[in-house]
Amino acid sequence: MADVLAAEDLAARRGGRVVFAGLSLRAAPGEALLLLGPNGAGKSTLLRVLAGLLRPAAGSLAWSGEEVALDAAAHGARTRYLGHQDAIKPSLTPREDLGFWARLRGGDPEAALASMGLSGLGGLPCRTLSAGQRRRLALARLTLGGAPLWLLDEPTLGLDTASVVRLGALLAAHRARGGIVLAATHLPLPLPGAREVAMGRAA
Amino acid sequence: MIAVFLRELRLALRHPAEALAAVLFFVIVCALFPFGVGPSPDALARLAPGALVTAALLAALLPLDRLFAAEAEDGSLDLLLTTGLPPAGLAAAKAAAHWAVTGLPLLLATPVAAALLALPVEGWGVAVLTLALASAVLSLLGTLGAALTLGARRGGVLLPLLVLPLAVPVVIFAAGAIEAAAGGGEARPFLLLLGAFLAGALPLAPLAAGAALREG
Repeated sequence: MADVLAAEDLAARRGGRVVFAGLSLRAAPGEALLLLGPNGAGKSTLLRVLAGLLRPAAGSLAWSGEEVALDAAAHGARTRYLGHQDAIKPSLTPREDLGFWARLRGGDPEAALASMGLSGLGGLPCRTLSAGQRRRLALARLTLGGAPLWLLDEPTLGLDTASVVRLGALLAAHRARGGIVLAATHLPLPLPGAREVAMGRAA
Repeated sequence: MIAVFLRELRLALRHPAEALAAVLFFVIVCALFPFGVGPSPDALARLAPGALVTAALLAALLPLDRLFAAEAEDGSLDLLLTTGLPPAGLAAAKAAAHWAVTGLPLLLATPVAAALLALPVEGWGVAVLTLALASAVLSLLGTLGAALTLGARRGGVLLPLLVLPLAVPVVIFAAGAIEAAAGGGEARPFLLLLGAFLAGALPLAPLAAGAALREG
């Protein structure tokens, strides 16, 4: 199967400083890529570029041969991005939170809750959730709408062992459907057969 | 877009203190004028139109600096911008929600504020209508300002400096409309001009705000 996501010679700048340059990567359906590298190597920046949140300073980014920047809305629809922050409003409940994102993204909020074992917490305000539970809620959003490209920034931060196993099942099901996973991490991730992408030295 | 608007309303209902703060600010500022100017109804009524409009615009400005900053801080803005929702649509939903949450309560409080300023009763109806238009224009301009100052240090200071000069024509025509109505004159031309400002800001402000969010 042909590569779907193809980045050629990407470079990114933050605050005038070049974070990385000359980076190329490709991913085919079902593949997982692990971004490895020291702090400041540009892993999170690369994920933001791939998500379309940051314009690359140079290079091209294509999906199925089409330049991503030409149709930002289509790229948004096929991408699920998980950042460092969980994007949770303390006064909403997990059910309301997922309900909101399901209205934008499609999908079933109850199934998403269940996918990360949050069904029992669905009615509590998010301010009462622990850091790990909040992370699980952020991960549950990924499943809404069945997008093919998942961009994960330290997805297992704060998760307990049982939740890492659940995440592993989610990732495996996503890849079995032909989805692509790109994850930046310092911790071992449940991604069997993932290719590793080494990112540059810290400046 | 409707989903974003409804979420804003729900969040505002969970934190009613924020919307209430703007209303109380509006009423208290209007209540201060009789102390400063003296209780003579004639002097107050002369000041009333301008004071009413200025106080309402300042009150509506209060919650603006959190409009996008809160979303940016908890990471929601990144997710919203990756949904494929056009940034201008996001800005329009935010502006509409700001008006519904801050502007509408101000309208409800307008008769109280007008009474404090001894505005003749004939002018109250037009005052509510005028402030409805003026606050809608400010919600749009303010959304633009909030998007532009997002990420800037001291954005909360920069925002009024950016937005209030743009609101000068709104103050002039809004005060003109209320004054005309209170004095038994014709408020219609002023209201039409305010409507024209609203019609201009309605498409332009969200587009510009969306561009600012995209670059941010």
